[in-house]
Amino acid sequence: MASSSAPKYNSNTLESSPGKRTLKDGTNWEQNEEIPRLPGESRVTDKDVIYMCPFNGPVKGRVYITNYRLYLRSVENDPVVILNVPLGVISRIEKMGGASSRGENSYGLDITCKDMRNLRFALKQEGHSRRDIFEVLTKYAFPQSHNLLFFAFANEEKFSENGWMVYNPMSEYRRQGLPNERWRVTFINEHYGLCDTYPSLLVVPYNATDDDLKKVAAFRSRNRIPVLSWIHPETQAVIMRCSQPLVGMSGKRNKDDERYLDVIREANGQISKLTIYDARPNVNAVANKATGGGYESEDAYPNAELFFLDIHNIHVMRESLKKLKDIVYPNVEESHWLSSLESTHWLEHIKLVLTGAIQVADKVSSGRSSVMVHCSDGWDRTAQLTSLAMLMLDSYYRTIEGFEVLVQKEWISFGHKFASRIGHGDKNHADADRSPIFLQFIDCVWQMSKQFPTAFEFNEQFLITILDHLYSCRFGTFLYNSEFLREKEKVTEKTLSLWSLINSEKSKYTNPFYTKELNRALYPVASMRHLELWVNYYIRWNPRIRQQQPNPVEQRYMELLALRDDYMRRLEELQITNNSKISNSSASSASPSQMMSQVQTHF
Amino acid sequence: EIHIKEPIEKEVNPRLLPGELLLCEASTVYKYIQEDGSSRGTYGKLVCTNFKIAFLDDDSASDDNEPQFKNKIVGENDITLQCVDQIYGVYDEKKKLLTGQLRKYPETLIIYCKDLRVFHFCLRYTKEEEVKRIVSGIVHHSQTPKLLKRLFLFSYASAAPNNTDGRNQTVMFDTLEDWRDELERTKGNVKYKAVTTNEGYRVSEKLPLYFVVPMCVSEESILKYEGRGIPIWCWSCHNGAALLKMSAFPKEQDDSTSQTHKAFLDGIYKTISKPPYELLKTDDLSSSLPSLQDIQTAYTRFKQLFLIDNSTDFWATDVKWFSLLESTNWLEIIRRVLKKAIEVAECLERQHTNVLLIEESATDLCCVISSLVQVMMDSHSRTKSGFQSLIQKEWVIGGHGFLDRCNHLHKSDKEEAPVFLLLLNCVWQLVQQYPPAFEFTETYLTVLSDSLYVPIFSTFFFNSQHQKDTNMSGESLKTQSGPFRFLTVWDWSVQFDPKAQAFLNNPLYAEKPKPDKSQRKTARFKHQRQLSLPLTPTKSSTKRGFFREETDHLIKNILGKRIGKFINSSDEPPNSFREFYDSWHSKPVDYHGLLLPRIDGPEIKVWAQRYLRWIPEAQLHGGGTIATAAKILDLMEEVQSLQVKMDEEHSQAISVGVHSVPLLRNSARLSSLFPFALLQRQSIKPALPTSTWKDLEDEDDLVKRDDEFVDPTGDIS
Repeated sequence: MASSSAPKYNSNTLESSPGKRTLKDGTNWEQNEEIPRLPGESRVTDKDVIYMCPFNGPVKGRVYITNYRLYLRSVENDPVVILNVPLGVISRIEKMGGASSRGENSYGLDITCKDMRNLRFALKQEGHSRRDIFEVLTKYAFPQSHNLLFFAFANEEKFSENGWMVYNPMSEYRRQGLPNERWRVTFINEHYGLCDTYPSLLVVPYNATDDDLKKVAAFRSRNRIPVLSWIHPETQAVIMRCSQPLVGMSGKRNKDDERYLDVIREANGQISKLTIYDARPNVNAVANKATGGGYESEDAYPNAELFFLDIHNIHVMRESLKKLKDIVYPNVEESHWLSSLESTHWLEHIKLVLTGAIQVADKVSSGRSSVMVHCSDGWDRTAQLTSLAMLMLDSYYRTIEGFEVLVQKEWISFGHKFASRIGHGDKNHADADRSPIFLQFIDCVWQMSKQFPTAFEFNEQFLITILDHLYSCRFGTFLYNSEFLREKEKVTEKTLSLWSLINSEKSKYTNPFYTKELNRALYPVASMRHLELWVNYYIRWNPRIRQQQPNPVEQRYMELLALRDDYMRRLEELQITNNSKISNSSASSASPSQMMSQVQTHF
Repeated sequence: EIHIKEPIEKEVNPRLLPGELLLCEASTVYKYIQEDGSSRGTYGKLVCTNFKIAFLDDDSASDDNEPQFKNKIVGENDITLQCVDQIYGVYDEKKKLLTGQLRKYPETLIIYCKDLRVFHFCLRYTKEEEVKRIVSGIVHHSQTPKLLKRLFLFSYASAAPNNTDGRNQTVMFDTLEDWRDELERTKGNVKYKAVTTNEGYRVSEKLPLYFVVPMCVSEESILKYEGRGIPIWCWSCHNGAALLKMSAFPKEQDDSTSQTHKAFLDGIYKTISKPPYELLKTDDLSSSLPSLQDIQTAYTRFKQLFLIDNSTDFWATDVKWFSLLESTNWLEIIRRVLKKAIEVAECLERQHTNVLLIEESATDLCCVISSLVQVMMDSHSRTKSGFQSLIQKEWVIGGHGFLDRCNHLHKSDKEEAPVFLLLLNCVWQLVQQYPPAFEFTETYLTVLSDSLYVPIFSTFFFNSQHQKDTNMSGESLKTQSGPFRFLTVWDWSVQFDPKAQAFLNNPLYAEKPKPDKSQRKTARFKHQRQLSLPLTPTKSSTKRGFFREETDHLIKNILGKRIGKFINSSDEPPNSFREFYDSWHSKPVDYHGLLLPRIDGPEIKVWAQRYLRWIPEAQLHGGGTIATAAKILDLMEEVQSLQVKMDEEHSQAISVGVHSVPLLRNSARLSSLFPFALLQRQSIKPALPTSTWKDLEDEDDLVKRDDEFVDPTGDIS
């Protein structure tokens, strides 16, 4: 588990029995049960290194590399230092120092990870020790660049649940009450002929024919036509998603597209205008005309009202995260923490995304108006907005399974380009396509769960686990850019789903405070007064900042729950024995007030 | 049945406390709040008494909606005169501060309160005469200098029947016994003694009647300089090391005087550094901590961020919120104070060193640090009665000048400084970092901070024990009663009924398991457990001999790189501090042992409950920490009712009626402002930022790019 790979720094709770002997050079480490291995994981190499821990200084240890992970165990047992890093999180491997370098620890490897940390190993300057390990790491960390398969295809884990069964588009639409007399399911994209980045099953207005759809596709960037994401059970207002219209410099119009939007508006019998949210800042939308894109003008779409949500592009987000890393890793900016945090703009972006999603949700819910959301291509900001708005409006998505469905539907099936944005197994670390869009979405979800601690069935660990496996390549869930490619690679047949892991061990990811509430819109407050940095994720590698685990409030609640169940059981027993006693009329036993001392009364 | 219809102008009368007098009033005042661009409000009567300013709603009949958490003394629309922070008048849409005499009377009166409420009273529909009277009355009674004896405290004490709760567990420290008990409790009685030297205040009017000094300090020395230069005991650590404070000699121009002072101090230091006393470390807080002026300036700026007029204001300040917060410096001051307290704790706990805090009067920052250190090191101070006793010991009897620091009498702005609030803010950081360690809640701290401005308790309305004693005898007033009997704030039943008091108690608090009498012998063992820290500094450094040289290399090699920043950071505290801090934080927390606050940037937070509680835009409907707290309370009630049922089953009694208390909370629907949510946002519409930041100054290049832009300079291979 990647999530448990924090440096185990002098912790009493962990494996630090002082008498334990560690391995000497050359021992067969495969027989050592302390080094974790997944079924299907195989050893590649191991080597003595010095891990340049930024928190505790240099640590002498042995590093083990498999086709899945890099594992380091310190020679010292007090404290024992462990690193457990799936190779998938590696973004970049650099050699540091050369043959002429002075000093023992200036020669080695510097590894940049996608999960907010860097690893640095010093090696001995002899033989080809560095070259070997560099080559092995590069090969297994970047399998795509070496014509190798992802570890997900070698993984032979077994789980009691099958995560691939979690999302079935048809049953999800049925849950929403679809199809109905106004909305139909179309199989026009069954073989991805209409749009190769959309799922095969789409929901569109009943009054639009497949022929209409084809015509509309010609006018939408990458053929990503407006399709239904969610329908409000009462107002019947819908959330539609799509890409930008291909307006271009000349201000092209398309009658089919214009008519199609009217059909959408009319589908819930709405007289008022259709609301279009363009996620981009106004200037960017205008600038897009130069490359053939643009937005819905008032002239062409008199029955639509357009708002820009001012969310920036993927490059801005990438830079923002980079700045955030600079102030939290390896050490937390001390003197001017707040202004440093502000200068990264990370939370400002979170605020804008949440604000946009609130507007979408509110329009559909209290405005009773159908909305259409797009950005440029409709697979980054659009996915953020639709999925967050759905999370606000539909309590089903706040359950563990519901959230899995949401991610599977709005992100995976609708072609968020996970492979490009994350750069799975790809050595090109500077690729401008990479961007933490999905991380930003999960951060928004975390902010919501922080503001409403009883509204979500899942806990923080659930979100962190999703992010860990976003990079790990242990599961097929986030691999490839589209459903079309995943089908081609037979991902569901050849790999496991992350949801298998999670659903097999649900209790680990369950929020004990969860209170089920149906049909309640949940609007977070998108104010800096409430937004905070997700310390348990972004600064988790720093032992100084580590939060108390388990959370004491949660722990206390669990204790009370256990106590209540215990009492209920005893009470039941008592009632049974008392009932029998009534017939036997015999005496009593020990007082239960002894147990009462465990609960304090503050009343 | 025919009822005679009441006159339309229904007479609403203010509820007055004993001794409270109505001074002036005005009708058809419109109290309103602005929300989402529109305003809503109610008409009513605005009154001013010798205790408070109150707004009486014309249709306040809807009493069935009693809030669960109600203050019996200060109502929702009451502002005690001492709670008024600033009063502004609005003239033609312009705000002007109102202080003394007024020539023109405003259309709207805005009252900013010290408990961070903001009231808008529109006077446009009020008779001119009444406007004049109420505005000048309010300004006069709340903003102009006042004699001590004119405080409502005295009127109330002479008029109210005295029924002080005798069962209060708080130690008041006004008797010799109390000090002796404290010495015994902390096992400080071997080396320290309680003295009666100040009886009749013959040493100093600033010192309490009784206090504790090292055994070896003579009465003579105490008397010599009115108690200056004398180490006064605060608390003893389990290992015998003690926390002391001392009032310093003022800087003398005259050389010979300062020479004598120095000689005197040297003598004192010499006696108390000898065995049996531990080594002594002195800390001059006036140079190692921010000045009172800095603290006052920081807080003034800080609180201003929360005194918000309308939602436009709220969102306008939201854009640069973090830098605004930082520019106040308030959180940084909290951080520095916490850091100082950790340093002191390290000396006491690990170095077995006595720590002597020095300050000019030893009644301001000394109180903050000594209280914090005790909260961190002595789990007794984390119980409600223990914390209250601590405030009595260090602050009330210790001689913190509440009257001057809160500027209750408006005598001098220069003396004003929120020193006690600083302590509460620091304690709150600990409470939110370690919820199970405290018997009280953040709500307790919030209402305690509010009580600073309620002049029916003597606790926060005197500068010293001497001042209180000399003003107790009602000689100057022609009252029938003899000496006044004041209420203490620690009698929470005066302000809250039992149901409301439940919110002051922390359901997460796990009481310290009381050792059996038979296990008394293990008491020493308990102390050892509390130590929980390696006494020898890093045994591993020697063990790692081989790597030590490597470390040096490492440091040399990476200096200038990012890692170097942390090793060579200039404002890094001394190593022993870091080591102590890191070592403690790397171990599981013992909630009844030593508690060290986390002080890294992200860990110091804004006390949201106190500062955001009246701001409707900041409200989370159904969210906030109260959502989980309410669930815990519900579950505890359920468990308790199960216990009752089980007892019944045991006694085989026939259960009569339902025992479960009706659940008062509907946890999912509480507002995050609960229990202070009196101002509810009316609309269920989500709060939307009205102004957002759009420009990214230095990233123009990136901003203009398209998502799928391919960087030609990128390393594509």
